[in-house]
Amino acid sequence: MPTIRIPTPLRKLTNEQEVVQAAGLNIEEIIADLDKNFPGLKERICDENGNVRRFVNVFVNDEDIRFLDEKATAVNEGDEISIVPAIAGG
Amino acid sequence: MDKNSSPYFTSLKCRECGRLYPKQAIHVCDFDFGPLEAAYDYEAIRPVLTRKLIESRPQTMWRYRELLPIDGEPTVGTQVGFTPLVKSDRLAKALGVREAYVKNDTVNYPTLSFKDRVVSVALSRARELGFKIVACASTGNLANSVAANAAAAGLQSYVLIPADLEQGKVLGSLVYGTNVIGIHGAYDQVNRLCSEIAGKYGWGFVNVNLRPYYAEGSKSMGFEICEQLGWKIPQHTVVPMASGSLLTKIHKAYSEFTKLGLVEAAPHKVHGAQATGCSPISAAMKKGVDIVKPVPKPQTIAKSLAIGTPADGYYAIHTMNETGGSAEDCTDEEIVEGIKLLAETAGIFAETAGGVTTACAKKLVETGKIGADDSVVLCITGHGLKTQEAIIGKCGEPRLINPSLREFEALIAGEAATFKS
Repeated sequence: MPTIRIPTPLRKLTNEQEVVQAAGLNIEEIIADLDKNFPGLKERICDENGNVRRFVNVFVNDEDIRFLDEKATAVNEGDEISIVPAIAGG
Repeated sequence: MDKNSSPYFTSLKCRECGRLYPKQAIHVCDFDFGPLEAAYDYEAIRPVLTRKLIESRPQTMWRYRELLPIDGEPTVGTQVGFTPLVKSDRLAKALGVREAYVKNDTVNYPTLSFKDRVVSVALSRARELGFKIVACASTGNLANSVAANAAAAGLQSYVLIPADLEQGKVLGSLVYGTNVIGIHGAYDQVNRLCSEIAGKYGWGFVNVNLRPYYAEGSKSMGFEICEQLGWKIPQHTVVPMASGSLLTKIHKAYSEFTKLGLVEAAPHKVHGAQATGCSPISAAMKKGVDIVKPVPKPQTIAKSLAIGTPADGYYAIHTMNETGGSAEDCTDEEIVEGIKLLAETAGIFAETAGGVTTACAKKLVETGKIGADDSVVLCITGHGLKTQEAIIGKCGEPRLINPSLREFEALIAGEAATFKS
């Protein structure tokens, strides 16, 4: 299964686990599966339409899904997914 | 409410979901990670903040203090702002517009850039919150301003900058006795490191955990423009964009003055300017999208604008669209030409970011985005002496002669001959 890196502010929802696993063929399915195991995670990552929030970045093997297929981005066995809040500054 | 709390500046508010937060050193919404912004009680401000009251106050940015996010009296940078708004007919002619003004923050006090505005607010607030150490991630101007204002206020400071900045900007921080830390990397990497340090060390990073306060300081540039135009919003404003924050805050200033009845509502366009070598906001705007694609390796002489992941890019795009404004970008050669054009017509020596603003204003006129019969304000944000590397050897060289009248006359005669041919 793909591994997912959870950022510090969301680890309260994953029992402080930094890396978790989830099943799914694309990001949308992965997030749905995550929410099943860690209730409340989806609403922190996605807006009411199920799209990834503006100030949350989701990377599949270091590629921002905004420049792939957004939530339909395909995920393969062994992929690394990172959820990273945007950094404000400048 | 705490009796020392401002009756006007009420809370911090998430720009995305609207959740309210206390006025502390926090900058991101716990729920959706949206940026926090200062919120005000405009109903309380309206009867107090009149044109007459503002005009009776000293000529600094603090004459609009009810609209700035601190609780008490400002204690850092009390002399900052109220820079000249210069009407230049020669610049107007060169650009091809009816009327051109330069909001001249090259002479902002004390460090010759608009960053003194944001630092004045951030450090006044840092003191109210009890910080003893302040810091910033910077492309140069902010570092200069944090260093100078912290020194004057007796605060310890750390400024973190990309290691390859212009000499003038490095020296312009070191001289104040601050701790300058050069990072081998681009600004975005410096910024990422600073957010880690801010979390771990508990320092007051003006553009990280103090960002909601810091960012509001930029509004004063917009307030001043309106007041100096005779309490009017300019038809066009051209603003340089790095993070995109200044552009959104100038527009916020216009909106607040309108809301408070200090100016009449009027159509106005806010345009953004970037260097082509780091133009994530302008590129998105030109494509008609609001998703900003980061620039991993900025390549431009306008180092002060070289932010590849602009935090306020999305909001800047929406501000431009909302006002009917446009974005433009320009090459390094055009930046140098822009610096020279502004200097030769308005007598104002701007840093590279000012070259960007001037060159992009020219393009906006050439493409009809700013009409020939229109009036435009150029926001010129930093002094040219800070970025001399960019134009050395590109403005000619002095002619050298001995102290002899004969040699001088030969030189002038030679020029006259050249001129005639």
